[in-house]
Amino acid sequence: MDILYKVFIEPFVFMGEAPDLLIQTLWEGLVSGVLYALIALGFVLIFKASGVFNFAQGIMVVFSALTLVGLYEKGVPAFLALILAVLVMLVLAIVVERVVLRPLVNQPDIILFMATFGLTYFLIGFGELIFGGNPKEMITDALFLPQGTTELDMLGGMVRFQHLDIAAAVIASIMIALLAVFFSKTRVGRALRAVADSHKAALSVGISLNQIWVIVWFAAGIVALVAGIMWGARSGVSFSLQVIALKALPVLILGGFTSIPGAIIGGLIIGIGEKLGEFYWGPLVGGGVETWLAYVIALLFLLYRPQGLFGEKIIERI
Amino acid sequence: MSFHKLSLKLVAATLLAGTALPAFAQDSVYVPLFTYRTGPFAGSGTPIADGMHDYLRMLNERDGGIGGVKLVLEECETGYDTKKGVECYESVKGKNPVVVNPWSTGITLPLIPRASVDKIPILSMAYGLSASARGDIFPWVFNPPATYWDGLSMIVKYIGEKEGGLDKLKGKKIGFLHLDASFGKEPLPLLQELAKQYGFEVALYPVAAQDMQNQSSQWLSARRDRPDYMIMWGWGSMNGAAIKEAVRSGYPMDKFYSVWWPGEDDARSGGAGAKGFKMLNWHAVGANFPAIQDIQKHVVDKGLSKAPKDKVGELLYNRGVYNSLLIAEGIATAQKLTGKKAVTGEDVRRGMENIKLDPARLKELGLEGFTDQLVLSCADHNGHRAAFMQEWDGTKWVKISNPIEPMTEQVRGQLEAAAKDYSEKNAGWPKRTEACDKAS
Repeated sequence: MDILYKVFIEPFVFMGEAPDLLIQTLWEGLVSGVLYALIALGFVLIFKASGVFNFAQGIMVVFSALTLVGLYEKGVPAFLALILAVLVMLVLAIVVERVVLRPLVNQPDIILFMATFGLTYFLIGFGELIFGGNPKEMITDALFLPQGTTELDMLGGMVRFQHLDIAAAVIASIMIALLAVFFSKTRVGRALRAVADSHKAALSVGISLNQIWVIVWFAAGIVALVAGIMWGARSGVSFSLQVIALKALPVLILGGFTSIPGAIIGGLIIGIGEKLGEFYWGPLVGGGVETWLAYVIALLFLLYRPQGLFGEKIIERI
Repeated sequence: MSFHKLSLKLVAATLLAGTALPAFAQDSVYVPLFTYRTGPFAGSGTPIADGMHDYLRMLNERDGGIGGVKLVLEECETGYDTKKGVECYESVKGKNPVVVNPWSTGITLPLIPRASVDKIPILSMAYGLSASARGDIFPWVFNPPATYWDGLSMIVKYIGEKEGGLDKLKGKKIGFLHLDASFGKEPLPLLQELAKQYGFEVALYPVAAQDMQNQSSQWLSARRDRPDYMIMWGWGSMNGAAIKEAVRSGYPMDKFYSVWWPGEDDARSGGAGAKGFKMLNWHAVGANFPAIQDIQKHVVDKGLSKAPKDKVGELLYNRGVYNSLLIAEGIATAQKLTGKKAVTGEDVRRGMENIKLDPARLKELGLEGFTDQLVLSCADHNGHRAAFMQEWDGTKWVKISNPIEPMTEQVRGQLEAAAKDYSEKNAGWPKRTEACDKAS
């Protein structure tokens, strides 16, 4: 009975007793969720256009952020470094299309997936060669990202809002909105959706598959750069950041591999879910539930809705 | 160029490269350095690797090695990965290394049973298995100058003194933020024991390696639990991220303590808010020592180091220097004991057991005042030396305490129980057969 009380009653009593901590937990979850969604978006873009699960998305987050910081450390002004980092991601997209994707066209998806594994390890090695393995500080001040904290007295307690977190949530939301508009309202976006529906049909109406791949890898690179800047500003830029990107996997399972709104909703559910889980139920098992809780949530969804919340239901003749 | 000619040239180049490989001849001793300049722990691993390499390289450049023999140095990148670390060990053990430094508790543990079989001493400097301080049970393992249990007891003692006595810890809550790995869990038995003895409560905050840079949950939980003090057992990017999160969550930095592993970069990452963060240390920070000046002159200025000039003398760089000081002393003492120049692993094990780094010897080595004295013996492979508390003032570390002796009684009890437990659990653990030197 005691355990049932601790699982089903006590956490909710505590939520009622300390609503400020509940708000704080929800806020922390929301910020993490938005950032997970941003990383998941990178996966979705590439998956939509090519059916490839891009395992390299995590290292692209690190690589792009390191490029920005590395250039700045070499004396390049911050905003020029930002532009150059964007250009580096464009070059990367072109190289990936030419060297990795084009020779493997028409190969089974698993081959392309394994190719992104190779790309991951190449980028790790290349990044360490160029920038070294040491963690670096994100150039928060030079990019005029806000610092500091706003403390609000509410609900009998106090809730802290980091200005950087607010900026992260706003920037990520703008980014997501821009991508949504780009893919639904522009010619390139419509072409991408055509490619996502059918490669052969898209080719037959004159859409260049190669161009589309470069565009989506470039878009995923920009998303990675933004995610790298925001995560880097929160906790530093190091190669361990790439592991956080794996949190995007349960987000994708939840939201669907092909849905931009799915990535956003999935990110928020995972972000908020894992913070609530760790904070209110973690102490029952000695803490550390955050590491696996996201996967459990995703697994539960997978049992009942294998295509995710917003994913397309795939029906194949067997 | 034809394919045939190209192949011949490649073969010739390979042969030439082969001759340039380290030669483990009679006039040299082989010292492999297990390092990690890549991966999530590179932030801690790189400066330590630089310090270790540069001190030994300086001895080669300045003195022609130790006692007339050159040191053959070879780095093996482990990435702080236990599997890779064991691979490194297997790849170097055939080259007759005189000592192995795993630089990871996770790597040290599987090497402990191998060491006595392969006759290679393991130096796990202030990390690894705390119980391996017992030379009578672990003759091939050395972990000076203090164990993790010594370190934890020093922090608890210091906090107790701040409160007006250890008895005043009753009813207090101490948070323990630790890497959820062998290293981070190592001090837990003693922490629980001390909590029972002094009546304080422990709140555990494990950080998984994959979440080192995503610690908001741990600090949110700390806000819920309101620990009076927070003790950190972190490594790599966990340390910097923890200091940042502590600042973000408004945790009072003067109540935030750490074992001896954060470096300047970790503290700097917290910005101005990191001021007041405290950690243990047992050696000096800075380059104002003749031996480190010699590193500058003979290694760094000649472009033989991988360390940026401004990093020489920083905390973790000097930690690497201290590690190599122990290696060098182990070799030099072994040479004295055996009369041989090219000593073996077995000789260096004896040498390590006879290390006597007193102030006179430190002065002779150009490291006067660099650290407290250290004497090892046949029975004591650790020294259980005192450490001091230092505080981050916003730009540098400032020493803020006298030497803090470990709580020897509590630590010894735990140590003996753990050593006994280890030998019982590892059926057939050999009884020590290695003779003790008279001096030790």
